[in-house]
Amino acid sequence: MYEPKIVAIFCNWCTYTAADLAGTARMEYAPNARIIRVMCSGRIDPQFVLNAFQKGADGVLLGGCHPGDCHYQEGNYKALRRYHLLQRLLEQMGIEKERLRIEWISASEGDKVKKVIDEMTEEIRRLGPLEIAETPAEQKPAVAAS
Amino acid sequence: MGKPKVAFYWCAGCGGCEEAVVDLAENILDVVEAVDIVFWPVALDFKKEDVENMEEGEIDVSFINGAVRLSEQEEMAKLLRAKSKLVIAFGSCSHLGGIPGLGNLWNKDTIFQRAYHEVPSLEKDNGVHPETKIKVKEGTLELPEFYHTVRTLNQVIETDYYLPGCPPTPKLLLNAVQAILKGELPPKGSVLAPDKALCDECGRNETKPEKLLLQDIKRPHEIHIDPEKCLLAQGVICMGPATRSGCEALCVNGNMPCTGCFGPTSRVLDQGAKALSAIASIIDYNEEEDIEQIMDKIVDPVGLFYRYSLPASMLKRRNLANTTKSS
Repeated sequence: MYEPKIVAIFCNWCTYTAADLAGTARMEYAPNARIIRVMCSGRIDPQFVLNAFQKGADGVLLGGCHPGDCHYQEGNYKALRRYHLLQRLLEQMGIEKERLRIEWISASEGDKVKKVIDEMTEEIRRLGPLEIAETPAEQKPAVAAS
Repeated sequence: MGKPKVAFYWCAGCGGCEEAVVDLAENILDVVEAVDIVFWPVALDFKKEDVENMEEGEIDVSFINGAVRLSEQEEMAKLLRAKSKLVIAFGSCSHLGGIPGLGNLWNKDTIFQRAYHEVPSLEKDNGVHPETKIKVKEGTLELPEFYHTVRTLNQVIETDYYLPGCPPTPKLLLNAVQAILKGELPPKGSVLAPDKALCDECGRNETKPEKLLLQDIKRPHEIHIDPEKCLLAQGVICMGPATRSGCEALCVNGNMPCTGCFGPTSRVLDQGAKALSAIASIIDYNEEEDIEQIMDKIVDPVGLFYRYSLPASMLKRRNLANTTKSS
């Protein structure tokens, strides 16, 4: 069966702590997400998301503190605005909107980590792999340039 | 040793870069004095076979402008690479893909469909479609292959230096020529322009408020732009913060926002993503509804943030698997 690859970028204070909680509580959830910890969802540069897609991720999940609860006051609002603009860009680039998701998960919501990752894995399994062909075979240089 | 041998070539571009060479004005006489032009199809009568007959590395510097869209351009770029000691990507198209690079939102089929069948034409859809080979009475005629994807020069051949801009300014070109003549070039792979954002040399930088926030986005035709004040502070999206300097803020001085033709600085991998990040972060709303409403004013995010750099971006083109689904 096709197993989607999901890159999850979680903030240190809320969502990553929640994922930790899900782990210590021994909750079982889809093993498809590779979690990367950043200090704040406001640190998530749109370049990270595009880089993940370019390197073979089928989906990218962003996690931060609930609105109003950001450890740095407003980092999650910046993440939210970037997410909305990035979604519009991805649509033009032919990447389905389900492949990028943002969720607010507080440190106590281990069960929400489980729910979101399970849900997203299934959703992307339905969509199938993201095959970004940078250069179609017909124009790949036959020999490397000297 | 004789004068350095120089070649110019034009790939997928508008020809403005060729014009930029002429824009050297009287300085071109110094350049012509100092170098020997051995190939320049737009101005001088040399043929491809003249280049083919040269030794490997015989040309000292080739300036190639334009992106690579056709098989002919790929062939010429490879030929010039083999015959040249240095290859310089000249201008935005060659450096980053440029305006032709926006064609990467489509593919060959959708572009041909639009250009040869859908656009209004005096001659009603006559089914004429460019083919790579066609037989006529006199023999077989050939046209180059039109690729699905536009590529930057360095995606096709090894490129030694980049002269950014749409087109590069005469000052940058002259600096580059002088650096070559004196043998004082920076490390290979460098972009021959300053490595700071445009805001650094923009005359309006002082008027930028301490905390820049966008309550609304205006397109240039919707307002009277104050010629003194930072464009972002007026709600006009300016690519200055995400664009390399070196043009001396030409567009801003003409009271129009920067559109990003110099590409990113060396520390940025993807100009569009960085510009998008900068603009999104200064939007002064926190509620999703308000955010959506202000973002509705950005009608074409790719065209705005990747106007000159789509083929050089991380994604390089629209996902081919979804290219036919919507326009």
